[in-house]
Amino acid sequence: MFATAAAALLVIMCLALVRAFRGPKIYDRILAVNMFGTKTVLLIAVYGFMTGRPEFLDLGIFYALINFVGVIAALKFIERLDEYDEQEER
Amino acid sequence: MQIAVDLVSWLFLSMGMFLGLTGAYGILKFPDFYTRVHAASISDTLCTACFVIGLALQSGFNLVTAKLFMILILLWLTGPAASHALVRAANTAGLKPVTEKKD
Amino acid sequence: MLLCEQQTPRGLNQLPRKKTEMELAVNITLLLMLCATVFAVVKLQSLFAIVMLFGIYSLLSAMIFVALDAVDVAFTEAAVGAGISTVLMLATLVTTGRWKKKPERSGLLPLFVVTITGAALVWGTLDMPEYGNPANPAHHHVADRYIAESPTEIGIPNMVTSVLASYRGFDTLGEVIVVFTALVGVLSLLQVRRPRTFARKQDNRPDTHRRRPYPVLQVVALIMMPFIIVFALYVQFHGDFGPGGGFQAGVIFAVAFILYTLTYGLDDSLALTPLPALKILAAGGVIIYGGTGVVSMLLGGNFLDYNVLAANPVSGQHIGIIVIELGVGITVASVLITVFYAFVTRAERNRAGEKQVDLPNKAD
Repeated sequence: MFATAAAALLVIMCLALVRAFRGPKIYDRILAVNMFGTKTVLLIAVYGFMTGRPEFLDLGIFYALINFVGVIAALKFIERLDEYDEQEER
Repeated sequence: MQIAVDLVSWLFLSMGMFLGLTGAYGILKFPDFYTRVHAASISDTLCTACFVIGLALQSGFNLVTAKLFMILILLWLTGPAASHALVRAANTAGLKPVTEKKD
Repeated sequence: MLLCEQQTPRGLNQLPRKKTEMELAVNITLLLMLCATVFAVVKLQSLFAIVMLFGIYSLLSAMIFVALDAVDVAFTEAAVGAGISTVLMLATLVTTGRWKKKPERSGLLPLFVVTITGAALVWGTLDMPEYGNPANPAHHHVADRYIAESPTEIGIPNMVTSVLASYRGFDTLGEVIVVFTALVGVLSLLQVRRPRTFARKQDNRPDTHRRRPYPVLQVVALIMMPFIIVFALYVQFHGDFGPGGGFQAGVIFAVAFILYTLTYGLDDSLALTPLPALKILAAGGVIIYGGTGVVSMLLGGNFLDYNVLAANPVSGQHIGIIVIELGVGITVASVLITVFYAFVTRAERNRAGEKQVDLPNKAD
């Protein structure tokens, strides 16, 4: 049953990956990356249970953190980039 | 007793799987960014909760469960905040929602 | 990145397991996604999108490391690849522009060189011992001794830590010095600006509609900061028992302050962690590490020989490992924070006039 859950998570990750490839806006990609990261955290948890060694959840906690900071960084820097592009267009 | 716990845990996990797949299908199929955020972020929170509860029931009361719930709290804190920031950034950048059906 | 070569098996008390079919399927799916990501990166034009995909790439490879039981490596890959590199690459993009430039020359010659090199490498692998065979020389050079002796010689459960911090203490010292040198290099090229005081902040040009802070993010960041710092300390001092150690803890520490900078701005963050203090800490970590070696020499042992640090060699090893991991953590954290500040300072300045030409149609 953990195997089924892992398979479902992998399918979800694949779908999110497709959205990250297709875009079209950069925000779609960030959304997809965010979703991908969340599901990676869950996959680590499920994988740990599947292989009978659920001790490595520290990694999951860390991925959740990194994922959040990555999304925020992307948003902040894209704001600044947009601002520059506006100035250049003027 | 064990069977009952397994059953409930299985129920939670399949609920989580269903919600996750719905969200993933949503961000693939919906027409514009805002609807996609809607699909992804709303299903995400409950999906995470279902997965964590399902796994916690399997492991019983120990450090692993504590870490699982820490992950849950963290994802509950960051997920909605990230979605909010994403939508707000897209909105200030002038991204318009699709309001009419394209032919 | 830094720790990649030291992949000792983590078989603490369990015998090697046979992988089930499901684990194999998970591995294959992850690798396929990895390949797809690489092709997408090659094809895409928007550098911003490419950086986002690199984040996914890192998460995927970290997941593969987890599947290979190399948890410490997975930790480092996630920290450096998905965390710090993504943030630094995004900061760089603000300065360089967001579109791939059209190459000026044809790609035929590079393609030719790459094909020849690749073919030579593949040809070279044919002579290598069978992949994954436990009898390969790579697994018996020193690994046997580490696995057999480290529980009695050093006595900590995480063998990766004992190899990194004690058996290969010289290597790790070198890595810490590399990190420190990177800081020196970055600071000689980029400056970290002084924090603006409140009065001068007022004089600054009015904030545009984009510059307004995100109150929700600020609140969430404030809730998370203590949590992240406690988690960093846990990873720092739990490195003897589970995955983790100085490098990873340093990165997590840095991530806490990066989050603060992203939500509250560079001025507040510089007030929290003043630049001179960061510089002193970065050097101080290296000194703690090297100093441990000198102390062990003064006590009559070799450089970085922790056995002499206490009456009992095993507790000497424990003390030595904890102290040098602390040095590593301090250096890595302060170097990463300073490098990030330098990148943000550069990103805040206007781009150097150069207008982007030949924009592809603006899909992003």
